Amino acid sequence: MLEAILVMALGAVVLGAALGYAAVRFRVEGDPLVEKIDAILPQTQCGQCGFPGCKPYAQAIAKGEAEINQCPPGGDEGIHKLADLLGREFKSLSAEHGIEKPKSVAVIDEQSCIGCTLCIQACPVDAIVGAAKQMHTIVAPLCTGCELCLPPCPVDCISMQPLDESVETWKWKYPVFKINPAQQEEA
Amino acid sequence: MTALQRLFKFHGGVKPAYNKEASTGLPIAVAPTPTLLVIPLHQSIGGMPRPLVTAGERVLKGQRIGGADGNVSSAVHASTSGTVIAVEMRLMPHTSGLSALCVVIEPDGRDEWIQRQPFDFRSATPTQTRDYLRDAGVVGLGGAVFPTYLKLNPGKQGKLDTLVLNGAECEPFITCDDVLMRERAETILKGVAIMREMLRAGQVLIGIEDNKPEAIAAMEIAAQAANRAAGDSAIKVVSVPTRYPAGGAKQLIRVLTGIEVPHGKRSTDYGVQCFNVGTAHAIYEAIALGQPLISRIVTVAGNVGLARNYDALIGTPMRDLVALCGPLPDSDRVIMGGPMMGLLMPADSVPVVKATNCVLVGSKQLFPPPPPEMPCIRCGECAKACPAELQPFEMYWFSRAKIFGKAQEYNLFDCIECGCCAYVCPSHIPLVDYYRFAKSEIWARELEKEAADVARERYEFRLLREEREKQEKAAKLAAKTAAGREKAAAALAVVEKPATTPEEDAKKALIAAALERAKAQKELVHPGNVSDLTPEQQAEVAAIEARRAEIREMAKPHLRQDD
Repeated sequence: MLEAILVMALGAVVLGAALGYAAVRFRVEGDPLVEKIDAILPQTQCGQCGFPGCKPYAQAIAKGEAEINQCPPGGDEGIHKLADLLGREFKSLSAEHGIEKPKSVAVIDEQSCIGCTLCIQACPVDAIVGAAKQMHTIVAPLCTGCELCLPPCPVDCISMQPLDESVETWKWKYPVFKINPAQQEEA
Repeated sequence: MTALQRLFKFHGGVKPAYNKEASTGLPIAVAPTPTLLVIPLHQSIGGMPRPLVTAGERVLKGQRIGGADGNVSSAVHASTSGTVIAVEMRLMPHTSGLSALCVVIEPDGRDEWIQRQPFDFRSATPTQTRDYLRDAGVVGLGGAVFPTYLKLNPGKQGKLDTLVLNGAECEPFITCDDVLMRERAETILKGVAIMREMLRAGQVLIGIEDNKPEAIAAMEIAAQAANRAAGDSAIKVVSVPTRYPAGGAKQLIRVLTGIEVPHGKRSTDYGVQCFNVGTAHAIYEAIALGQPLISRIVTVAGNVGLARNYDALIGTPMRDLVALCGPLPDSDRVIMGGPMMGLLMPADSVPVVKATNCVLVGSKQLFPPPPPEMPCIRCGECAKACPAELQPFEMYWFSRAKIFGKAQEYNLFDCIECGCCAYVCPSHIPLVDYYRFAKSEIWARELEKEAADVARERYEFRLLREEREKQEKAAKLAAKTAAGREKAAAALAVVEKPATTPEEDAKKALIAAALERAKAQKELVHPGNVSDLTPEQQAEVAAIEARRAEIREMAKPHLRQDD
């Protein structure tokens, strides 16, 4: 009887020590779930979800405070991925947060720009170059298309332009659709 | 030499109708210079070269018009002398039917070369030679157009066991390598000698399918001569069994050396490197003659009256080449490459590029539309035929269901898109189309993810920067107020104890002296327009002054009211 109790107690002590050591040794900094959700979000930092960036939205989803269908740039595909990750049901994009648009970049009309720097302050990824009373321009490869630079512009010289498909970014279509031959070039 | 080589087998493969005889009957002809050359800037794997010319500029034959940009890129040259009439978007020889930046040159008919100078690669460093080849625009002419200079690197070991030269040319209809080997075997071997020296290769194996006896004979004579000149027997011409796709790099390496390059490894890791025979010829022309890559041999075959091989300038419209061969009236499409791996062109006006080994004219009769796609019956024929030893049916199911992660787990990216699986499929499923679809979707996602990672990093850095700036500002403000307080305290102290140290007296004296000087200077200066006035002018000035004083008097009470 006593032996059995001792054996069990010893076992408990040994396992407890092992678990305690593992908890310290393999401690994970931060919330891995938030990281995973953040990895799925498109990082436009546009705030259309109602949170001040992708990370805060990821944190809200992880806590269960936000729905998974509030991210228009991520689109249906992003919602599917979030649903798979979190084991939740798929929901179509909520209309109040916006609609999915083709990927665009902001373009500054350099004729009208007055160099007020307001858009530079608004850009979440520092993709606008310029200085006070100097013309501004957008570094297109870095622009996430978040549209945050549009409202502060006092002269409305920024417009969103959808990215054209190029030979490099063209994708083979799903084989059930026929590829239409292009228009014959005029001779 | 051929008989002694032990050969190996690669898995799978098919034996389609070869249709090669039609275009080998006649020697290579030089295609006439077209009225307009459209030279795409992006003709190789890697970064798009930046344009070096502008509209209106005169260019010489062989002049660089696009400079290599980035680590993986290759230069582009003017194919003949003439005037650049535009640098603009033109329809590309690509299935998408999209346009890309091209240099449009109107030839002047003089065909005037730039100063051509042989490159002395023996006295140059390997890096210099590689840079030279990059700027000469030499790329793999087998069809993959990978910049050759990147492959001419012996790697960590500093030497190579085997240099494989690919003359297999397994795709039906295409004979450009065949005729090149028949007619220019000697120069190919000279290119091989250069490559061998650069790579420090032990032996050279030239693999040619046994359905090209003339090419084998010609290459053998040239190889013997080269061996005699070098005093060894390192170069061997090997006849390999005709089976599609024996011309795939990995398949040919397997057949010739028995080495199977596993997933994720490169052939250089096993001491083998493979080049196309056309590439060897281009290397010879670039180094020994100083001629950049501005033309290539193109097979024109299929639904034409007289199939033939042409030495065509890069930028020649495919239409011009087809016209030389007399297309049959029912021709309805142009394919770049062969029937197995070729790409349907959006129009016949697209130009010949470095990747154009064949211009295949098609018709409904020659290439009838495939029978309707039927469900997969899981017969496994595709897996038996796959030369990459993949499981095509698994990749097909996952690609079709758009479960790309799983498709990748089945090594989708080891697929060489040879088309053997689709060729043997009893259900006529266009399997390769599914793989291409899945591959481009995966690439697009990869790019999106990279962009998102960059955006996240930049956003986090911005937050960090804003926080830091806030702190810096606060610190500065605190320092400023502290300094202000100290100053005020010091001023108070001065008031309480008027200091009369000799230093301060000296300072005061200095200030007084400066004030004196300033006063004196002010007196010296007179307005230029008040001296030497006539009495009338003097009177006028006085009148104006009086009026001003009067107005001031009149305004005084009003000003007070305002206050």
